Amino acid sequence: MTAGSVTLALPARRELLAFLQRYGVYLAIVVLLLYNLFFTPNFFTLDTFRTQFVQVVPVLVVALGMALVIGTEGIDLSVGAVMALAAAIIPLYIGYGAVPAALIAIAAGAAIGLVNGSLVALVGVQPIVATLAFLVAGRGIALLVAGEQLKSVTDPGLLALGRQGVAGVPYSVLLAVVLVVLVAVLVRRTTFGKQLVAVGGNRRAAELAGLPVTRILLLTYVAAAVLASIAGVVGTARLGASVPSTLGNLIELSAITAVVVGGTPLTGGQVRVLGTVAGALLLQFISATLIRNNVPDAYSQIAQAVIILVAVYIQRGRTAAR
Amino acid sequence: MTDAPAGPSTAAQLGRERAARLVQSFGAAIVLAVLVVVGSLAFPTFATVGNLTNVLTQSSFLLIVAVGMTFVILTGGIDLSVGSVFALGGVLGAYGSTFGLPGGLLLPLAVCGLIGLVQGALVAHAGMAPFIVTLAGLLGVRGLVLAATDGGSATPLITDDALIALGQGGVAGFRWPLLIAVVAIAAGSLLLARSRGGQAVLAVGGSESAATLMGLPVARVKFGVYVLSGLCAGLAGALNAAYSSSGVPTVGVGLELSAIAAVVIGGTLLAGGRGNLIGTVAGVLLLSVIQNLINQVGSLSSSVQSIVSGVFLAVVVVIQTVLSRTQRL
Repeated sequence: MTAGSVTLALPARRELLAFLQRYGVYLAIVVLLLYNLFFTPNFFTLDTFRTQFVQVVPVLVVALGMALVIGTEGIDLSVGAVMALAAAIIPLYIGYGAVPAALIAIAAGAAIGLVNGSLVALVGVQPIVATLAFLVAGRGIALLVAGEQLKSVTDPGLLALGRQGVAGVPYSVLLAVVLVVLVAVLVRRTTFGKQLVAVGGNRRAAELAGLPVTRILLLTYVAAAVLASIAGVVGTARLGASVPSTLGNLIELSAITAVVVGGTPLTGGQVRVLGTVAGALLLQFISATLIRNNVPDAYSQIAQAVIILVAVYIQRGRTAAR
Repeated sequence: MTDAPAGPSTAAQLGRERAARLVQSFGAAIVLAVLVVVGSLAFPTFATVGNLTNVLTQSSFLLIVAVGMTFVILTGGIDLSVGSVFALGGVLGAYGSTFGLPGGLLLPLAVCGLIGLVQGALVAHAGMAPFIVTLAGLLGVRGLVLAATDGGSATPLITDDALIALGQGGVAGFRWPLLIAVVAIAAGSLLLARSRGGQAVLAVGGSESAATLMGLPVARVKFGVYVLSGLCAGLAGALNAAYSSSGVPTVGVGLELSAIAAVVIGGTLLAGGRGNLIGTVAGVLLLSVIQNLINQVGSLSSSVQSIVSGVFLAVVVVIQTVLSRTQRL
């Protein structure tokens, strides 16, 4: 490593670093796919990719919301618990149909987001502790709501969301694509998106500039919780059962990893939506590659840890350079 | 906040400020005392010697982990890896115990200290965010635990009688892990209040740039607290394994959250620079007493316990945040 960096002239090295910071995650996906093309038997089939895309949906949807929160220099640890709450609520209202049940689950998520957002924006609690409280309490609430037993979900409408599709594309993947587009438009094309990034870049300056900082933060945490509950609905639909005890467990870590690997700095002021998508896909492909090559789960976790560190090491100093 | 009086503070203001500071430092201890009194009155089985020593023994492992976590948080950092390091400490303690008591303690301490060393170097010298570095630690070290136990299917047993005695024996009714936790707390408090290193920890957490300007070895301080946290988590894990006679690879999941919650409930500011170990002890004991009281009720499920802990955490941080706002005025 040192030999390489010595031979490169300084500007070239800086350019390489900038390139890696911007496109590293896409490059990594391409490299990984090429590796699989040559070395992993039966990887390049339509079925494999369909499975990968279906599996990545919950993490991806949660990560979209996480990217928004991280853009405000916050973090949301409660997303997994919000998914569990959504899973617990669905069987209670599925009698009224799939759509009402999903909407009630999402509304409950929004309420949690409002509580998180209030703690952060109105009281001024640090985001990590504010959302830690619901991470601790949320699954307990979900289990209390659900009555601590596994309930199978048989509503055909909901099951279709998890298991069917149109023209070979599963509905859940289509839903994820729609959400990605929505969030991308929100960040790039709307006033709210610009304000969100401004708050994350410098909250004090945003306040002085007269931005409605409190409202922006509230809405951001609500958006993250809504996306998490959508992920909970999709996860429940895919399983065909409401499993609040395990659904979304530790997903906050995967989502944060996807966002950070995708190039959104933890220090806020920037949201990279496509990078987040790529980050989630990269993590998915890594675990798929390791599984397909019969690498035990243990080493797959270690590999993920190393990749996070490398990604963050490359992005280090990014905000300082800006 | 902006219209803070620039003139001399009145005695009343000073008094209020002092009260706020006291509540912040000793609030957890006061609530703990109230809870113990209420618990004793409500449940005849609560205030028995057997039950209370049981609560203390159960808390001793989290206490040791929380000592390290307090130091990390005082510098304004965070260590999410302690749960995984705790499990690794237990597994390595069991493997090391084939070489007797020294092996059963030194192997986990050496490896867990090394993990803290790597994390500390990445935070202090490479300037990476503690949250992300130790998040990678949480994942990677759990991977190491799985790799060391055949994917988590093996549970290495502790073979050394001396190590088992260290986990399960004790003096005067107090088990060794609890006594070790007390020593760790005392040593930590002394270090924090009376040593230059401890003062440097507080200074770095208070204002990193000011600490740098004062010529304090900021990087070395930050590096040190992660090593300390790794050692504490590894020691706690090894003792827990000795207590249960085996290194279970799945223990310690979510332990980081309990430790962080205890430290925060104990009045240590997550932003760093202010807090103490006595508060942390009160925070840990509070969580344990809540758990014990819920068990005393009997009919309540374990979900209730997590709900109570979560709500409690939220209430405490809200009070703390409001109080520290008063102090800034």
